[in-house]
Amino acid sequence: MKKGRVWKYGDNVNTDVIFPGKYTYSILEPEEMARHALEDLDPGFAQKVRPGDIIVAGRNFGCGSSREQAATCLKYAGVQAVVARSFARIFFRNAINQGLPVLQSEEAVDTIENGEEIEIDFIKGKIKTARGDFAFPPFPESVMGILEAGGLIPYTRKKLEGK
Amino acid sequence: MGKTFSEKILGLKAQKEVQAGEVITVSPDYILSHDNSAAIIKEFQKLGVKDVKSPQKIVIILDHVVPAASEKYALNHKTIREFVSAQKIQNFFDIPSGICHQVFSENGFALPGKLILGADSHTTSYGSFGAFAAGIGRSEVASLWATDEIWLRVPETIKIEIEGELPSGVYAKDVILKIIGDEGADRANYKAVEFTGEVAKKFSMASRLVLANMAAEMGAKNGYFKPDEETLRWLEGRAKDKFKIISSDPDARYEAVLNYNISSLEPQVACPHTVDNVKPVSEVEGKEFHQAVIGTCTNGRFEDLEIGARILKGKKVHPNARVLIIPASRQEYLHALKKGILEILAEAGCVILNPGCGPCLGAHQGILAPGEVALSTANRNFRGRMGSREAQIYLASPATVAASSLEGKITDPRKFL
Repeated sequence: MKKGRVWKYGDNVNTDVIFPGKYTYSILEPEEMARHALEDLDPGFAQKVRPGDIIVAGRNFGCGSSREQAATCLKYAGVQAVVARSFARIFFRNAINQGLPVLQSEEAVDTIENGEEIEIDFIKGKIKTARGDFAFPPFPESVMGILEAGGLIPYTRKKLEGK
Repeated sequence: MGKTFSEKILGLKAQKEVQAGEVITVSPDYILSHDNSAAIIKEFQKLGVKDVKSPQKIVIILDHVVPAASEKYALNHKTIREFVSAQKIQNFFDIPSGICHQVFSENGFALPGKLILGADSHTTSYGSFGAFAAGIGRSEVASLWATDEIWLRVPETIKIEIEGELPSGVYAKDVILKIIGDEGADRANYKAVEFTGEVAKKFSMASRLVLANMAAEMGAKNGYFKPDEETLRWLEGRAKDKFKIISSDPDARYEAVLNYNISSLEPQVACPHTVDNVKPVSEVEGKEFHQAVIGTCTNGRFEDLEIGARILKGKKVHPNARVLIIPASRQEYLHALKKGILEILAEAGCVILNPGCGPCLGAHQGILAPGEVALSTANRNFRGRMGSREAQIYLASPATVAASSLEGKITDPRKFL
């Protein structure tokens, strides 16, 4: 896995600040969604984010609405993964279903600083930083299958074709 | 060891004994979506199948931006209508109907013992009828339309006992705001909540819906009330299907039991920009605002409009306050119309809007400008939610919003009752 630059945020980053409600029914293209990623949390993010960057945040990341665009816009903005102390339930599912890895690690969040470069080893289940490595719990098999397929839609398509 | 409601219903659906923590594959009884059906259709079409698997399970209700506010919204609605017709989806509710959670309930889909999944976070509302109802994402709904299968994790359950006597001027909304304020926005993340206790049992269905709806704001997967006579009375003549009451065993294992005595609770207000930033009304009294809203899936029902009318009758709203009234559904609208409630509110200077989500998600009908403040009966006050990210949103009960509308600033409703 290649290194990614960290964007660090706090607790309870909600879906409205990740992807504002006013766009939820007017923007259907993922590339356009990406241009509004984190608009109401960090208005400069969408312009400055680079492919492979990693978001690191506190508790309850993605709380609020069920809008899947909150995951889609990050994925298409080039975000490689989100590391947080915890994730809101629906966002967690949506991220997996968009093929966006979401990793839980209290210690990694404690240690990692904004702007630093970190590396994620999905096979070994490790977040590698300048100040040490941090393990994250492996995904259940069903979840791994969805991530490997690139999201739930390609996963389901494959399953339907196999039947 | 006994089982919780969640373990029992998900066990029935998985056709095996299950315990909290297990991941199972299930098939829901109903699958809800709204204006986001247009995006779901786009995903569905990538799956390589022509037809939905179980059209009778699909319920589509247009509510988020109705009538269409722009050409894009109009195109979404058109796409949905064409799909519904082509796929022979009977349970389709077009723009006159109202907010999906109210319409879904009124039409008898929200039933005890049913498993309901919806592409909306406030799908938790149907727990008020003793259903297991959880929000999911768009890809999941598209996938469900094609396969009728989804994985769910059996949640642990937090029991919340609400005891005491509800004081005058204090309502279901104040109770749930108090709980969310104390417990935090992620206390029930990945978990189910079960509301019980003498106060919970005395609540009307409309009030139970407020708690189950806002259970989502604690991160809950479901907000369950054990069905009782009030539930059965409400469902009479509405239930779309046979149903079976499922409830937790007396010796069920709970993750936690929280006890709330609300006998001395005062009206509560959630302050910007999180729902768990809750203060008693006495601490925020005097805060001036520009727009008030009585409506949404949380508090747009007849009992909410009636409380508003009781406070506003024969008076005028403050000249600096734009007061929007949005009945939750056509049925609630007609009920309020026939009882003269809407006339009282219009006479007081309120704007009566058509049933729907209105400005709650910031798409139309009352968007906030930078620097503006809103006081709303909605369930969310996140930054930017109703328009500008430089606006502020406070949340309160319909009584608090109505009383405050008279003064143009946040006001304790008890002096008007």
